Amino acid sequence: MLTILFDGIAYGMLLFILAVGLSVTMGLMNFINLAHGAFAMVGGYITVLLMQRLGLPFLLCLPAAFLGAALIGALLERTLYRPLYHRPHLDQVLFSIGLVFMAIASVDYFIGSTQQILQLPDWLKGRTELGSGAWQLGMGHYRLFIIAVCLALTVVLQFILSRTRFGSRLRASVDDQRVAAGLGINVNQVFLSTFAVGSGLAGLGGALGAEVLGLDPNFPLKFMVYFLIVVAVGGTSSISGPLLAALLLGIADVAGKYYIPKLGAFIVYTLMIVILVWRPQGLFVRQGGK
Amino acid sequence: MSEREAQTTVLHAQQLVKRFGGITATDHVTLELKKGARHALIGPNGAGKTTLINLLTGVLPPTEGRIVLDGQDITDLPPHLRVQRGMVRTFQINQLFDSLSPLQTLALTVSRQQGLGARWWQKLGRNAQVMARCEQLLERFHLSEVMNQPTRVLPYGKRRLLEIAIALSCEPRVLLLDEPVAGVPAGEREELLQTVAALPADVSVLLIEHDMDLVFSFAKYMTVLVNGAVLTEGEPEAIANDERVKAVYLGHGTEATLEDGHG
Amino acid sequence: MKAQDALLGASRMKAWELALWLALLASPLALPTHALIINEIAIVALFAISLDLILGYSGIVSLGHAAFFGLGGYAAGLLAKHISPDPLTGLLLAAVVSALAGALMSLTVLRGNDLTRLMVTLGFALILYELANKLDWLTGGADGLQGVTMGPLLGRFEFDLFGRTAALYSLTVLLLVFLVLRRVVHSPYGATLMAIRDNRLRAMSIGIPVASRLASVYTLAAGIAGMAGALLTQTTGFASLDLFDIHRSADVMLMLVIGGTGWLYGGIFGAAVFKVMQDVLSNITPQYWTFWLGLFLVVLVMVGRERLVRPRSWFARGKTQEAR
Repeated sequence: MLTILFDGIAYGMLLFILAVGLSVTMGLMNFINLAHGAFAMVGGYITVLLMQRLGLPFLLCLPAAFLGAALIGALLERTLYRPLYHRPHLDQVLFSIGLVFMAIASVDYFIGSTQQILQLPDWLKGRTELGSGAWQLGMGHYRLFIIAVCLALTVVLQFILSRTRFGSRLRASVDDQRVAAGLGINVNQVFLSTFAVGSGLAGLGGALGAEVLGLDPNFPLKFMVYFLIVVAVGGTSSISGPLLAALLLGIADVAGKYYIPKLGAFIVYTLMIVILVWRPQGLFVRQGGK
Repeated sequence: MSEREAQTTVLHAQQLVKRFGGITATDHVTLELKKGARHALIGPNGAGKTTLINLLTGVLPPTEGRIVLDGQDITDLPPHLRVQRGMVRTFQINQLFDSLSPLQTLALTVSRQQGLGARWWQKLGRNAQVMARCEQLLERFHLSEVMNQPTRVLPYGKRRLLEIAIALSCEPRVLLLDEPVAGVPAGEREELLQTVAALPADVSVLLIEHDMDLVFSFAKYMTVLVNGAVLTEGEPEAIANDERVKAVYLGHGTEATLEDGHG
Repeated sequence: MKAQDALLGASRMKAWELALWLALLASPLALPTHALIINEIAIVALFAISLDLILGYSGIVSLGHAAFFGLGGYAAGLLAKHISPDPLTGLLLAAVVSALAGALMSLTVLRGNDLTRLMVTLGFALILYELANKLDWLTGGADGLQGVTMGPLLGRFEFDLFGRTAALYSLTVLLLVFLVLRRVVHSPYGATLMAIRDNRLRAMSIGIPVASRLASVYTLAAGIAGMAGALLTQTTGFASLDLFDIHRSADVMLMLVIGGTGWLYGGIFGAAVFKVMQDVLSNITPQYWTFWLGLFLVVLVMVGRERLVRPRSWFARGKTQEAR
């Protein structure tokens, strides 16, 4: 049981890193971006290609995945996303679905549709067992690594948000764009950097998750639902909301698939609907916030 | 008993309180709207006037207090049912149906008002009674020439007229007007003012307005709201001479107009 | 009366519409080799106009409309296999089952913002997909519901191999539903839907019971989507999990967007254009049709939906500007 909890936490942390960018950009730009998963896919493929074609070590590929996805994100934000911020949500949904289709088809065309196998470095393979019997905790080393990296990232994100100037500019822009602009905050720059970082994080998540979640051209569509669940349930006005939602989702999914395999993902979807009906604005909405 | 006390109260807000987190937007407000009233609600910006209207119409739930309409407690009644009981409002910022024409807008409102809103088998223009009322309203509000154009292409003045027309087509018994002439160019204010003045005598009107000319020419009774609480209320003469009211408007630049309007 | 004429005139059936419907009904007879695709187009057109009711006329963004399509498909298939092969009974049952599901779902769709609605509608479709997958003793699971053979339509018209009866059946259902919906959207009820779409706050403030209005239209749209699903199962003899797939919900939304939302014919034209495009492009680039679809969507949104579709609105806009 503890192992399930551990695996669920690892999965949840991974989902959080994947989805946090989406949550922030949704809160900031009020833009429903269904193409967010594509950036994760990009990160995953960058890592796989660098490792397979150039023989780069896994650890080096991770920042490469982040940077690659962030750069593409910045480019797309500036050119395609920015004109669409004030469009109705339906337009944004259609646009981002279009982007995803193009991304999936392109990857399929250039790289092929088979599952990519990621070879983990030896020091990340393996497992440590603690305790015994019902309380046995089996920790895969790779999952430990994921938890460690994601935890570190979460701390850094929280620090940036609450202690840096950029963070306060970001929070001001989320609260009220017009007032923030009136205070001299360059809202365009905030959007651009936030979108880039969010996409970069997704790319990093895709790289980290390639081994655990699988990587093929359908990744964006397969997991988009999970990202959206994290954002819808966790809300867009904080980092802790999506974090808790992601952990909840990760644990529920792993536990559900283990204990009641017949129903599988059904549990997650039902849980989501119940939560959203009970609290339409998400589970963790700030008092007086959006 | 004073003349006012002898009149029937149609709308009674009792000790209404509205808190948002740490802010008290409405602070124990009690307001009585009499039958046939021409009652103005004034106060500096941010005094909570629109919040009060939102409370009265049910758009916002009160933190404390009760609202009584025609002797019935409507505090928990959803907004659309309050409208069906005759309490109608206009909005400070036009709230219109951009893709529909004025004719369609009024037709659907009048149909709804006459209980035909749920009819799915009859065409919108079929009912002669509804159509006659629409033509009447379009005439009155000078919207006849533009009646078939989608609302989004209409100039601001026409949109404002439509805003008021919609409210009147609901056949209100209690009408809450939220800054009806806001943003209307001086030349078109007359039209609006005349329509407001020509309202049937038994319709009870609560008017929020900053234009002191309009307020003093229209109102027979006034309530002054400051920081969410009632500062004072009374007849226009008394309000205009009230030192506290003048002090509140000092620095808001309307002190001079307060005296001019009264004169 | 000027006002009355204006409103009634706008809702009268035009000459080109009569011509269009006659042409549509004649098409399976005139183009017998294309009867199968005509049938498909009629079915997705029906699906699309049911989505138009909630998306175009009421402003509810749904990515899970296929939930009702699939429910209707399986309901009709199961009825035909186990109880009665009569097509019309199956159609009716499918409509009822989907409408009930729609009524239930409508409680969840009313609350929250667009993202919440998107998730809830999507979630429902995903749940049904999973259920259909896991309850394989009933639904055939991943293999689907096979061997659905239908009895003759109205006791007389057998379903032939060429799909002629099927196409005429689907087209007739489409026409009948269309006529009813036409009435609905031009009625006071329909006008209140558009009011809710344009400005929910104001709709509430003129006494429209927004929640119950949306619930009723959602139920209606669900029932019609169910009928479309039933038609598919009945005319293909087969029901599978992909009835619930995200692609179905996304495709039907695209069709509606291509044809234009909020004018019923958008669903019909969009379905025709989409299906033909899919056919043509799949032959050119069989695997990568999604790329071109994606590109089309991106361009469509960047350029502006209204500018590209609804050629009628080009003329209408011109007239309005002259009148001013």
